[in-house]
Amino acid sequence: MIRTALLVAAKDLRIEARSRVLLWQVVPFGVMALLLIGLAVGPSATTTRHLAPGLFYVVLVLVSLLMINRSQAVENSPGTKTSVTMLGLDQAGVFIGKALALLLELAMTSVVLLVGVVLFLHVPLHGALIASPSVLLTIATMSVAGTLYGAIAAGVDGPATLLPVLALPAFAPLLIAGERSFASAVIGGALAKWLLILILALIVYVAIGIILYGALEES
Amino acid sequence: MKLFAQRALGPVTLVLLGLTIWLGIWVTPPDAVQGNLARLLYVHPAVATVALYLSYGTATVASALYLWKRTRSMTLDRIAEAAVEVSLVFIVLTLITGSIWGRPAWGVWWVWDARLTSTAILGVLALGCLALRRANDDPVVRARRSAVFVIISAINVPIDHYSVEWWKTLHQGATVFNPGGGLKVHGSMMWTLLLSFVSFSMAFLWLLRARYRLSERQYQNTERALQEALDQRRAEVTN
Repeated sequence: MIRTALLVAAKDLRIEARSRVLLWQVVPFGVMALLLIGLAVGPSATTTRHLAPGLFYVVLVLVSLLMINRSQAVENSPGTKTSVTMLGLDQAGVFIGKALALLLELAMTSVVLLVGVVLFLHVPLHGALIASPSVLLTIATMSVAGTLYGAIAAGVDGPATLLPVLALPAFAPLLIAGERSFASAVIGGALAKWLLILILALIVYVAIGIILYGALEES
Repeated sequence: MKLFAQRALGPVTLVLLGLTIWLGIWVTPPDAVQGNLARLLYVHPAVATVALYLSYGTATVASALYLWKRTRSMTLDRIAEAAVEVSLVFIVLTLITGSIWGRPAWGVWWVWDARLTSTAILGVLALGCLALRRANDDPVVRARRSAVFVIISAINVPIDHYSVEWWKTLHQGATVFNPGGGLKVHGSMMWTLLLSFVSFSMAFLWLLRARYRLSERQYQNTERALQEALDQRRAEVTN
């Protein structure tokens, strides 16, 4: 399973490195969304600092939807599903691999967005650094859940519009836990409690994904 | 006997719902603190219980059984579809009755309370499940994907249940089935409340059966139309 996971993750990352969609399309979209939100909120440093954790996660969720769609589009290109079936790859490994690639892509985007949050929304740098483990945990859970929802929405009529309908309600508790843990890291609060919730959510989604991903890809 | 029970389901449900309304409005006394506002409690908790546990529970169990190869059948898929639809109806009713109670009690139609928000999220998830079903043409793929989706989205049910304990917010904790034991409702109010659980559960069964039969007829119509098209094509080729 681990070997398959690493193979799939490497394949997805290689495709991403060659196409550069993340670099030229997704990251600029995230930065633009952050700037627009900053403009909408107004110039007050106190207000933007207070709202920064929530705004950061709203942008991250929007970016993740683009990346999930892209990750599944790669899987649905002609011949890919047949090749995976013919190779007899372990579906749990495919699931972990896709989630891992998505996690790495989201982590890279998060670094850029965190820099944006420090520069544009006036979050102190040490606050952003303290919040980074909780951000990593949140995007790990989002990657796992997103891979699952992406597979559900893939190959139907209008997957790009269906995915937000399916994934956003499921992302809502993660967004709350992520925002609370980020805010706790910046202004102080019960950080451990929110980290525990995120770890539990990650374990549940990984377990469900390992069990059910194969059923989605069954032919 | 089975046919009689099926036919009696509707009338019995209507009688029970009528009895609940009669007891709730005319027989039970007004509450000492909330006055007549408390009469909404003969609808809201029962509707919420049916939405969260009975309807979504049925959909989850049917979906899990569908995914298990030994028990896989399209009947289970149709039961899950019907249960999700009925669940959505009851979730909407839960939110509406909760809002009607919340306006005079809390002063607002909606608050960002953990219980309210998690119930609304469950409603959107049920809506998402129905959207997913309509976006798939292949019945087998549709059944499989919606089964997986229902199981994942069922994670929200325990979150909704324990939200009043995990987050200390406006919505009150469990009154009838409270963790500390001991009933907090008495006399005719208690019996009316319990009756409301029975009558709304019967309403769920009635609606579930009606929606299931509709799915079955839709399936039969599709099959018939396909067969007719095939026969027509064969006749054209023969002639």
